[in-house]
Amino acid sequence: MTTAMPSAGPHAAPPTTALSARSLVVSYGHTPALRGVSLDVARGEILAVTGPSGSGKSTLLLCLAGILVPDVGEVGFGDRCISAESEASRSRLRRGEFGVLFQFGQLVPELTAAENVALPLLLAGCRRKAAITAAHTWLERFGVDELASAQPSSMSGGQAQRVAVARALVSEPEVLFADEPTGAMDTLAGEKVMAELVRVARQAGTTVVLVTHDAGIASYGDREVHVRDGLLDEAPRVTATHVASGAR
Amino acid sequence: MSIGHVLLGLLSKGGRHGYDLKREHDECFPAARPLAFGQVYATLERLSRQGLVGAVAVQRVVGPDRTVYEVTAAGRRALDAWLADVEPPAPHVANPLAVKSTIALLVGDEREATDYLRRQRRAHMDRMREYTRKKSDVAAPLNEVLAADYALLHLDADVRWMETALQRVTALKKEMSR
Repeated sequence: MTTAMPSAGPHAAPPTTALSARSLVVSYGHTPALRGVSLDVARGEILAVTGPSGSGKSTLLLCLAGILVPDVGEVGFGDRCISAESEASRSRLRRGEFGVLFQFGQLVPELTAAENVALPLLLAGCRRKAAITAAHTWLERFGVDELASAQPSSMSGGQAQRVAVARALVSEPEVLFADEPTGAMDTLAGEKVMAELVRVARQAGTTVVLVTHDAGIASYGDREVHVRDGLLDEAPRVTATHVASGAR
Repeated sequence: MSIGHVLLGLLSKGGRHGYDLKREHDECFPAARPLAFGQVYATLERLSRQGLVGAVAVQRVVGPDRTVYEVTAAGRRALDAWLADVEPPAPHVANPLAVKSTIALLVGDEREATDYLRRQRRAHMDRMREYTRKKSDVAAPLNEVLAADYALLHLDADVRWMETALQRVTALKKEMSR
């Protein structure tokens, strides 16, 4: 069962909004991780969430992806209020509309690369042959097709991460959540994966929430929000005073 | 960096006149300030006086005569020596970012400095997105990709410095308000 977001009122998200967060507060014990974060992510937007380690940026991603329910506040996806939905319902969302990708690919060690990538399709009821064929296409897109029969233990960190990127995208999610997706890669490999990820997302109209501490990776996004001490760090706008002093 | 050495480098591919050199320079270094014609001709004259280039022909198509220059053996040796030499690693302590932050702390308070750093960080990120878009274009030529890489990594270093500065200034404020 899904819960609808209140459709009217000051916090209603516009229809072009894919995700919305309203006043999110999360604490781990006595340690505050988010202290009242609100933001909207537009459909098809590639949003980079940056910030120093421990700033709360990964917690924000976990809330937006429905993995973590905030102590206070609401997370909306389209007209659904997912933070009020059951774990089972949020879990279904992550097998369908949401793709999730973490820094360490979390591949299933017993499966080959192709089987790992095919897994989301198999879980969604796709036939094995079709799923494996699709997996090969995605592995090729990210330059690791030659590893199709390899198991994760025989791959480098960067190779495993590319397989994980392919797996996160194979089911063509509406929203991709990626936390440090190029963490284990060298600069050129990371760049190649980011360029392809952005290309695929643009083509499919996928919304991407990209968490990274790396400004270079963040620059692949359309927009950046910076998290500091559990709050969005909004850069102060240039005021008339600044303009006037700049003109001197 | 010396424009003379850059012109010697461009000329090492074969004889060129000043107009072509200016055009090639601007194409090769899209992130650099375009060369002024006056600067090109003055540099060629100097290189010629030093025996590093020589005038080999005069071309007249339309408009004024154009002198074609080639690199001499001495010019090639000078170019090789320049290429073999490392540049002094510049610490850039006089960078306007650092200077402005320090002045903001002097004339204002912690808020003045952090506001500046946040605005500057946003401007840097906007510029980084531009360069990333440029180099992500599959049709981008290698020299543009290299120039974008160079700019991006330097901007990235600035952003990291700004991040550290923000953390330091905030920590200092916490320390002082204890």
